Amino acid sequence: MSILETPVQKWVGKVHEVKLGGNGRKSIVIGGETTLPFLHFEGSTPNRPALAIEIQDMEPPDWSPHLLSAWGEVTKNPADWAKKAAQYGADIITLRLRSAHPEQGNTGTAEAKKTVAKILSAVDLPLIVLGPEVAEKDNEVLLAVSELARGQRIAIGNCVDKNYRTIAASCLANGHTAIAKTPNDVNLAKQLNILLHEVGLPLDSILNDTSTGSLGYGLEYTYSVIERLRLACLTGDEMTSAPIICTVGEESWRQKESMVTEGVPLNWGAHEERAIIWEAITATSLITAGGNIIVLRHPKTLELIKQQLLNTYQGRITKKT
Amino acid sequence: MTGIEIYKRLPKTNCKKCGFPTCLAFAMKVAQKQVDISLCPYLSEESRKILEAASRPPIRLISIGNHNKIEVGNETVLFRHEKTFYHQPGLVVRIKDTQPLNDVTQLVNKVTNYSVDRVGIELRLNGFALVNESRDAEKFCKLIKTVLDNSDLPIILMSAEPATMNLALQKTSQNNPLIYAATRDTWQDMAQLALNYHCPLAVSEAQGLSQLAELTKLVSQKGVEDIILDPGILDSSNSVDTLTQLRRLTINGSYRTLGYPIITFPCDSTSSIEEEALLAAQHIAKYAGIIVLDHFSPETIYPLLTLRLNIYTDPQKPIQVATGVYPINNPEDNSPLAVTTDFSLTYFSIAGEIQSSGLPSWLLVCDTGGLSVLTAWAAGKFNATQIAKTVKQFDIPATINHRSIIIPGYVAIIKGELEEELPGWKVMVGPREAMDIGRYLKQNWVN
Repeated sequence: MSILETPVQKWVGKVHEVKLGGNGRKSIVIGGETTLPFLHFEGSTPNRPALAIEIQDMEPPDWSPHLLSAWGEVTKNPADWAKKAAQYGADIITLRLRSAHPEQGNTGTAEAKKTVAKILSAVDLPLIVLGPEVAEKDNEVLLAVSELARGQRIAIGNCVDKNYRTIAASCLANGHTAIAKTPNDVNLAKQLNILLHEVGLPLDSILNDTSTGSLGYGLEYTYSVIERLRLACLTGDEMTSAPIICTVGEESWRQKESMVTEGVPLNWGAHEERAIIWEAITATSLITAGGNIIVLRHPKTLELIKQQLLNTYQGRITKKT
Repeated sequence: MTGIEIYKRLPKTNCKKCGFPTCLAFAMKVAQKQVDISLCPYLSEESRKILEAASRPPIRLISIGNHNKIEVGNETVLFRHEKTFYHQPGLVVRIKDTQPLNDVTQLVNKVTNYSVDRVGIELRLNGFALVNESRDAEKFCKLIKTVLDNSDLPIILMSAEPATMNLALQKTSQNNPLIYAATRDTWQDMAQLALNYHCPLAVSEAQGLSQLAELTKLVSQKGVEDIILDPGILDSSNSVDTLTQLRRLTINGSYRTLGYPIITFPCDSTSSIEEEALLAAQHIAKYAGIIVLDHFSPETIYPLLTLRLNIYTDPQKPIQVATGVYPINNPEDNSPLAVTTDFSLTYFSIAGEIQSSGLPSWLLVCDTGGLSVLTAWAAGKFNATQIAKTVKQFDIPATINHRSIIIPGYVAIIKGELEEELPGWKVMVGPREAMDIGRYLKQNWVN
């Protein structure tokens, strides 16, 4: 019998390895793969995709009751919330400094620092801190947090075309990683990486957020942008080799399929289960495309995706180069 | 084959019988797979054979069933952004002949009637995989009859026993079922059945792709043309790599022996409904043709069908949402009215933001041929005349009791013209980015 030759593709590039945590905290390495996701026969995947849980610095007034009841009382206290997320098996805690938003309380640097300090001492997981996504407030609170967490190698974002110099400088000064966020577009993602690189931020300190579209709401754009970035990276373009972070929970839990309880078609099925699957399928699709950090909201989704990843990578984490 | 390689095999007489001015022009079109080589009447027999073989699609198109048939194959790329994925995988529900027939009837009706409308597109399941679990031919035939009596969806007949399969095919071959499956032990009989009844045949071999290729070659040499491949149980540790290898072998390697669609059974390698759904999701993305599920439950089916729609959307032709007025958060006649274009991503961004703001609103969608706001405006397809026309077309004045309309910030420039087109209306300039619309409504909308 003739033996088929395994169709191995020769890649020359490699996704950059980005380390979060360390210096007394648990550390995690993101990226490092030399092939597309799950293609164990042709390259190495030294680190499986990491799963983060998103928590907020205030009780979210607009979250689905299914999310709130899944977490319970801890949503009132970010440090407790982080602990519970750690118990549920999160690899990373992602903190959204939502209360700094001008319409959500307009809290300032003192509050942001206090919250982050509490979380850093409550859990030893690596931390990602996101601003309220209002330009001037982002800079204000993120810079303060960056200073406070000096040496803990957290990731901060978002770093966009308007504030990249400020965020990059702060990451450099305090030893952190920047999350470069661009709208769904391969070239814009690459361009921001080049700009960050030019102001001196090393490539091992950059994560890319290419904007996440959830299942049914632009998922296909995100899916293809991630695949194209991965292919560009593997064929040797260093400026597209940053690990990719996807804010899956945030995007899928604000859609109608997750939020609306009444007046929806019977064929949408049971609400909570559907919402969890909505988040989980968004996650698994973007992992299949090449996502490296998946930020989730529901603990059950975390459990499902983690189990799937463990099954997938059982004995497959390879150090081969 | 490149255009030049094809050209070398043409008569080079520029006779124009093919409808193209020159043989070279024709060759280029053939190379792009836009026209068929058979349009040239003067090809030598030898050239015809070579060119036809080369222009055969790398993955054969296979149909199962008659009505609402499953059509899979004919894929040409590994990544959807390279062109598009053409034929959505069929999602089918597995039923065993050991299940009580009353339950079967109920399930079959539910699956057959299941339908969800998503922005004007109807999402449906595609058929049934019927299993001869009992190994009893009579029970199997009863199950098949019950299913066919209640549904016109395509079926897959799953029996290890050629004699039982023969019985089943006697009654169902006109439904063009998929015969599952030719194995190392049964391939001769099963292939003969496929030939006798003119039905497609699945070839199942779990030992490895070389063995699968070997068996498939035997079946196709026997004369069976319509084949579906079953590479054996795929779980989350080997799905993407096995299916990627198959796709690469056929598309990059032009390996014809395995140039057929693939059937997968997430139901066999998972232990819960959620796990099954997540593995099926992976198979939708990469690269299954038929996906067999054990669970029918709307809360997992709806997300899976949505994913299939997303992945199989042509990236060069973004889907448009239907023109019209969309209610968000149960609006009333005094709720705000915003207008945008029918580019799906634009619509979904704005609808999503309004949705999460919790504010009841009306969103009017104009026909621009699927362009984003700025592009549509630049192309003259999203201007004051167009918006006014859409307002009238959908009888907006009867839907709302106020006369205010919010336009996207990027087209602030048309405010004046729109006020002329819609006398008595107040035109409000909204934010440029979708993400600011919730805040905008809170600050600017007073009833």
